[in-house]
Amino acid sequence: MSREVYSQRDREALYPGKPTESLREMNPTIQRSHRWGEVFKWISIGAAATGVIILAVLMIDIFKDGVPRLDWEFMQEYPSRNPEDAGIKSALYGSIWVIVFTTIFALPLGIAAAFYLEEFAPQNRLTEIININIANLAAVPSIVYGILGLALFVRFFALGRSVLAGAMTMALLILPIIIISSREAIRGVPSSLREASMGLGATKWQTVWHHVLPQAFPGIMTGTILALSRAIGETAPLIMIGALTFVPYVPGNIETLHDILADPMALITFAPLDGFTVLPIQIFNWVSRPENEFHMAAAAAIVVLLVILLSMNALAVILRYRFEQKGPQSR
Amino acid sequence: MDSDFNTTDRTAREFQGKTGKQKFRLPFRQYFAERSIKSVLFASGILSIFVTVGIVVILLWESSRFFGFEDVTLVKFLTDTQWTPLFADKHFGILPLLVGTLMVAIIALIVALPLGLLSAIYLSEYAPKRIRSILKPILEILAGIPTVVYGYFALVTVTPFLQKVIPGLGVFNALSAGLVMGIMILPMVSSLSEDAIRVVPTSLRHASFGLGATKFETTTRVVVPASLSGIVSAFILAASRAIGETMIVTIAAGMNPTLTFSPLRSIETMTAYIVQVSLGDTPVGTLEYQSLFAVGMALFIMTLFFNIISNLIVKKYREVYQ
Repeated sequence: MSREVYSQRDREALYPGKPTESLREMNPTIQRSHRWGEVFKWISIGAAATGVIILAVLMIDIFKDGVPRLDWEFMQEYPSRNPEDAGIKSALYGSIWVIVFTTIFALPLGIAAAFYLEEFAPQNRLTEIININIANLAAVPSIVYGILGLALFVRFFALGRSVLAGAMTMALLILPIIIISSREAIRGVPSSLREASMGLGATKWQTVWHHVLPQAFPGIMTGTILALSRAIGETAPLIMIGALTFVPYVPGNIETLHDILADPMALITFAPLDGFTVLPIQIFNWVSRPENEFHMAAAAAIVVLLVILLSMNALAVILRYRFEQKGPQSR
Repeated sequence: MDSDFNTTDRTAREFQGKTGKQKFRLPFRQYFAERSIKSVLFASGILSIFVTVGIVVILLWESSRFFGFEDVTLVKFLTDTQWTPLFADKHFGILPLLVGTLMVAIIALIVALPLGLLSAIYLSEYAPKRIRSILKPILEILAGIPTVVYGYFALVTVTPFLQKVIPGLGVFNALSAGLVMGIMILPMVSSLSEDAIRVVPTSLRHASFGLGATKFETTTRVVVPASLSGIVSAFILAASRAIGETMIVTIAAGMNPTLTFSPLRSIETMTAYIVQVSLGDTPVGTLEYQSLFAVGMALFIMTLFFNIISNLIVKKYREVYQ
């Protein structure tokens, strides 16, 4: 069957005497709508390209300002009133402390909640409420979590303006994200795997622990890494719970491996209750100052932050790619 | 011990034979382990409810202390046109903060909605597979950039550029913050709208082509209307995100709570005020300190309202295709 709606004879009857190639070229209405289609297509391409162009401008701009300021000393110095001497040591250490504790709190809770909702939860009103609630929590502004952390962890539990209070606040913030992405990973495990395991007499938990979890793990890790990279860049809640802007020390004064070996208990007793600052807050502090030199320092700190975030993103993409390549093992 | 342990619990029942004649029961120890693990998992699941309850209780409790102060009433809070908590003559009218917040959010939406929807249309309808596989990760990177970095970009790059175009523009202004915030929420609008557009079945497009419609006509008159509920809910979520966003406005829009509708002036948003108070040395329990929670409450109610509307739209108006 030919693509043309009209036959050659019809065409000649419609448009006598005109040698024609296609209907599209003859009918001005169709021609116009096709031209509009082309215009629309290019507008869409332009819109999609805008994001890419702006990302490029932003990156070039920040790297141009920041890279000249970036050297080993910048990583090794404490913040200072003098922009030339200022560095990000306390912020870098603080970020690492917060993110490690955030992971310790959020990861097990998030995975456990995801497994409950996917594998164990009965279909009832309570489960439905939990589902709606998690979706809502994911959209609550981060600064509201800061208010929660301030009232609950800093004041009610009297943890003070400490690493622990900051990490707990961050854990609550990223918990919904971890739960949502882990559920997706768990849902991706084929049910034939569960049926086979249960058919061989395994209990529900044995099935989950030995078969579903290992299969879903790469997916869960991808989601978790992305959630953690959100936590590393988050500023507002930590300002709320009172992460300080000028911190000339690292949590627990633990700087080297030697310090850890000398007093390993300080890692879990003293340091988590110490005051801290993190990279985004240091950046915010420097951006808010009028001097241009501090803006340069801010740009340099942003470069460090972006390198950390981009490598985490790359890790997540690699994990996802490998997972997709391998695919679920049982088909 | 095992034999007389009889229960109709779901965990145990799953191991009964389908006919019900042959029953397999778990040994008590194993049954106990199953139950306790299930309880632990349930506790983690229910934690999210406690988080919400915690947020609501804290905001209600602390705001009630704010409204417990003399000269502060809910009516004044909602109608007074001045916000001067740090002056001698204190006024607590949230309107200046509210207008500032909405103005920045509207500028952001004017940027993000058309750009986001068009790139979603391009990605799902026009883009070849290879370009899509490059564009999607780039948009994801844009979504992953910390807001404090966008704040730096607004203040150090966008504002000086705007000052060249618009003479007399101040260092802090709502316009620059709004434009950059639009860029920030663009990936969110784009990816949520694209999800909605992709769900539209190919058969609808084929039917439209079959009736002689062009690709443009199919996209604008069939595909987009069919996925409208998803697109609108994406827009509303983006609005909620813009209202709750903190660092860009704190850095680039200023801390000047005046009631103005000019995007060229310095303003203060609700989120920026909360940051301002918690950065300062305001003692706990004072009027200024408690005002933070009242503003937080207003912010929470607004974003919650938007989120619920967005959910309702998806639930009520979604076209279900088999």
